[in-house]
Amino acid sequence: MDNLVMATPEQSVTERVERIAQPTPSIEPAPPLTFAVKNLSIWYGEKRAIDNVTLDVASNAVTAIIGPSGCGKSTFLRALNRMHELVPKTRMEGTVLLHGEDLYSRSVDPAIVRRRVGMVFQKSNPFPTMTIGENVIVGLRLNGVRNQKFLNERLEKSLRMAALWDEVKDDLHKPGTSLSGGQQQRLCIARALAVEPEVILMDEPCSALDPIATAKIEELIYELKARYTIVTVTHNMQQAGRISDYTAFFYLGRLIEFGPTTKIFTNPSERQTEDYITGRFG
Amino acid sequence: MYRSGLPLLTKVLSFMAVAASIAMEERSVQARMASPSRFGDKAFEWLTLAMALAVVVLIILIGWQLWIGSSVAIKKFGFHFLLTSTWDPVAEQFGALPFIYGTLVSSLIALLIAVPLSIATAAYLTELAPLWIRQPLVSLIEMLAAIPSVILGLWGIFVMIPWLRDYPFPFLKRFLGWTPFFSGPIYGPCMFAGGIIIAVMILPIITSVSREILRSVPDLQREAAYALGATRWEATRIAVLSYAKKGLFGAVILGLGRALGETMAVTMVIGNTPQIAASLFKPGYTLASVIANEFTEATTDIYLQALFEIGLVLFGITILVNLLAQLLLRTIATTSATRAVQ
Repeated sequence: MDNLVMATPEQSVTERVERIAQPTPSIEPAPPLTFAVKNLSIWYGEKRAIDNVTLDVASNAVTAIIGPSGCGKSTFLRALNRMHELVPKTRMEGTVLLHGEDLYSRSVDPAIVRRRVGMVFQKSNPFPTMTIGENVIVGLRLNGVRNQKFLNERLEKSLRMAALWDEVKDDLHKPGTSLSGGQQQRLCIARALAVEPEVILMDEPCSALDPIATAKIEELIYELKARYTIVTVTHNMQQAGRISDYTAFFYLGRLIEFGPTTKIFTNPSERQTEDYITGRFG
Repeated sequence: MYRSGLPLLTKVLSFMAVAASIAMEERSVQARMASPSRFGDKAFEWLTLAMALAVVVLIILIGWQLWIGSSVAIKKFGFHFLLTSTWDPVAEQFGALPFIYGTLVSSLIALLIAVPLSIATAAYLTELAPLWIRQPLVSLIEMLAAIPSVILGLWGIFVMIPWLRDYPFPFLKRFLGWTPFFSGPIYGPCMFAGGIIIAVMILPIITSVSREILRSVPDLQREAAYALGATRWEATRIAVLSYAKKGLFGAVILGLGRALGETMAVTMVIGNTPQIAASLFKPGYTLASVIANEFTEATTDIYLQALFEIGLVLFGITILVNLLAQLLLRTIATTSATRAVQ
């Protein structure tokens, strides 16, 4: 697992440092990059959901995307693993580089992109016909892994990382949907972790959970940061403040402001950001 | 729920009386408003209950009529009727076994052909087909359901059977002739042809029901699969088809119900010979076909009674198959994961 995460090609770091230095000059020293998004625009049919967004995602950090409903934050997140393409009639312009590789180049298979960039959704969605154990390793099975010993090891490791192992280790044969809402969400995180992605995208992972389950997921995000790059969309600004290192504020499909979370929340440079954060709109 | 009307009427009256007595008080408005709406609710409940009961009564009445119509034959032949295969109206010998066999086998063939086709079509329509092609395809499939069965039967006689006899049947015989199912001479009208025509007839219903079921699978399930890097086929398999398993089974049972009772088109292509033969190239006969064919010729009382009993058997088989299916469905539901109500 570690070697994959650490696979950031070192030689191109300086190149990326230059790139990140432009939009956010306050970050210093510039951390290594996972995503470099440049001039990204996305249309659903005639409607433009993302408008010319340039943004860099730092490695081993949590980047939070905030903004009012319909501001394109979810679309932006999905553009990072090409999930938005599942909606018919989408069109995109611009580039998204993952560790320097263009995710939208013609030779790239979206399925491969999604294996490298895992995703956790707003509502937990374990497969109801599979047991807890099967839910975790289904991604590996899809990748053709048949070695039972390896699968068992990975099963335990992923569940431990998702802080769920102690709660379910005796119930691995039970259906995934027998768990509580918070446990199901952690199960989905374990499922995403099992395929050893380079990045984990989270689309409002706590919005359907109670405060206790939310606290557990937030803690988990904090721990996962050591190994993974995490991009999360959230509606909850306190949550963005608690868990993220960087915050991007989107409004009407545009990136209004992006920077270290502490700066965005204490001293935003844009009026709109301040209005949103202080609850004047949104 | 089954309370008689009288106590309710008194209740309503007393309620109104109370409402009138406290008309001066504040709550009177609510009280007066509450009584008519409660009555409306009750009326609605009774009405829907009556509708639901009407279906049950109808089924019982049909069963009862069939039983009455065949009571003499039942007394005369007993269980022999179900277990013998001689059908000789002249000698007044009646055995339903070849018809039972024909009905079950032709329906089984139909399911074997129609189920994979229908579910694959439904999966294509919901998961893979480009948007612009979906509605036209759905309309075409629904049109197939609208073709009168006698027209399909004519098509079966003049187009399907000659073609089957010339191409697929000899081919099957050459490669699978060593099995009893595809051995012997090829006549044309046969059990296999009957099964195929039933398959054509039940295809639309299984397809449209399956399509509705696949459409009801939450997108969140598909996304879960795609987010793991699943291909379209993998996502369809692990997220859509397995989620919809139970509903698809229901769709198949619906198709089976149709297949068992299918009459006209089958009668025209199955060969109408009451025999039990392993070879699917041999003619057969179904319960529904023999009723349709011989009802007008049934000159003696016992002949008519025997045909009524055939109807009773068909009725029984249909109900039995449905009950078995429901039992099976329940075991599937308990052994596989139960869907959480979130």
